[in-house]
Amino acid sequence: MTLLRAWLAGLPAYLWSGWGAIASLFLLLAAWEAVSLVYGPLVMPDPRSAFATLWALIDSGAAWPELAATARRALSGYVLAVLAGSVLGLVAGLSMTASMMSRPLVTVLMGTPPIAWLVLAMLWFGASDGTPVFTVFVAAFPVIFIGALQGTRTLDNHLRGMAEAFRLPRRMMFVDVYLPHVVSYLFPAWIAALGTAWKVVVMAELLATQDGVGAALAVSRSHLDTASTMAWIAAVVGLLLAVEYLVLEPIKREVERWREQGT
Amino acid sequence: MSIGTLPAAAGTQHELRIRALDHAFGRDEVLAGIDFRLRAGEVVALVGPSGCGKTTLLHLAAGLLTVQAGEVSNSFSSTAFMFQQPRLLPWKTALDNIALGLKAAGVGRDERHFRARELALRLGLAHRDLDKFPHQLSGGMQSRVALARALVLAPELLLLDEPFSALDVGLKEELYRLLLAQQAEQGMGVLMITHDLMEAVRLSDAILVMAPTPGRIVCRFELGQPAASRDDAWVYHHTAELLQAEAVRDSFGLPPGVPALAEVPAVRPGAGLRLVVPAEPVLGARGGARCGG
Repeated sequence: MTLLRAWLAGLPAYLWSGWGAIASLFLLLAAWEAVSLVYGPLVMPDPRSAFATLWALIDSGAAWPELAATARRALSGYVLAVLAGSVLGLVAGLSMTASMMSRPLVTVLMGTPPIAWLVLAMLWFGASDGTPVFTVFVAAFPVIFIGALQGTRTLDNHLRGMAEAFRLPRRMMFVDVYLPHVVSYLFPAWIAALGTAWKVVVMAELLATQDGVGAALAVSRSHLDTASTMAWIAAVVGLLLAVEYLVLEPIKREVERWREQGT
Repeated sequence: MSIGTLPAAAGTQHELRIRALDHAFGRDEVLAGIDFRLRAGEVVALVGPSGCGKTTLLHLAAGLLTVQAGEVSNSFSSTAFMFQQPRLLPWKTALDNIALGLKAAGVGRDERHFRARELALRLGLAHRDLDKFPHQLSGGMQSRVALARALVLAPELLLLDEPFSALDVGLKEELYRLLLAQQAEQGMGVLMITHDLMEAVRLSDAILVMAPTPGRIVCRFELGQPAASRDDAWVYHHTAELLQAEAVRDSFGLPPGVPALAEVPAVRPGAGLRLVVPAEPVLGARGGARCGG
């Protein structure tokens, strides 16, 4: 509740601080337009026609079901990965043996390209939602697991000794000593994993499902419709930016206020 | 707390008693035959070279390590520990850091903040410092916060692990003064580690000299004058005197002192600094063979 209030109170100032980010996004749009002027609309449509197509898709109501399907799959896989990765990472971090054993396994998971998992998932789950959800889960899980593992492993022994000397009860030990430290590792991992989830879900849909943004991209590719391709890309990236910068980043700032540089 | 808070009266009741304590990490013998007693209101300094087991001894006294052989009995009702580094929780404000021990003891939020704030102001922290996070405070301010965190518990026994070693002279003097004032007011027992002999002479009632491999107490000095009434000249004089003591030079690996100097003040009975015979029963410091002279 306090977190929500802090989020709302900090929002205007935070949005105002976003002008720099918006300026750099406009630079990107300018580069996009420049490329389209040089190579012509078949290779790269200009931003205006891409956004016009996007607007038409939204206006006709065609965009929402696809975006909703994509978001549902991405978030299901992501939430599963957040739960499993955080819990298992924390538990593994508590034991030296478990962390040493799990590290190479996680490296294998990280190193396996998502496309390989996708092929396996298609064999296992067919054209159901299971395929993109599983692929997202497998791609996002190791990122979060490593974050949680490192958070637990790097806890300062000095602070633990201090906590023992001051007879901190178990609950306080967790809430006041372990948790804030671990969260400072977990949060960046969650954010990184969200980006991964969003990218991987579109790829999975492109190959494995009949609906969702990825499937729509497959259709526009087969029609050589670059304008709607760019429109879908803009929609997906826009949603990711919105979730990351409007929800996660402000929470992160509030949670990690203690890291801010001194005045 | 059954008997009055006067140090003299409490002496028989509350004490830290360490008997025949041995400790080893694996096959490394760290402490051997440690034996001493610290009573309420008494300030005892453990001095010795780095690596002679001082910190291990302090951790054993605090119950942070398991006693392997011998006995540690602490009849003080409360104990607080101050570390060499401030060891503040970086995600808590100075005020919450000070109140940490009170929170652990189950003191309510308003009450613990009130007590933490009151003590912090006495230790020279400002109101606005208390809302800052540790990294926004200077090293000296962080040390004050750490001292306040220990003192706010009003401990009967305070254990200090070289808490002032990283501070500048002025700040040290100020924290000494604050510590002594609190100590006198509450009749705390204080066991402090230091390798700064002047600090030991400045603050303590008794100095236990330790020697390394394995860590053992080689002798005990008692300082006559109350800490509050010692001036700089007294401290310098007696530090120099302590440095001439054979056991001290030996322990720190210094070459034997200049005989002419060593003879004059070193073991003069009745002076401010008194070498206690190792076998003396009342304050029983156990000395090694080298203390015999």
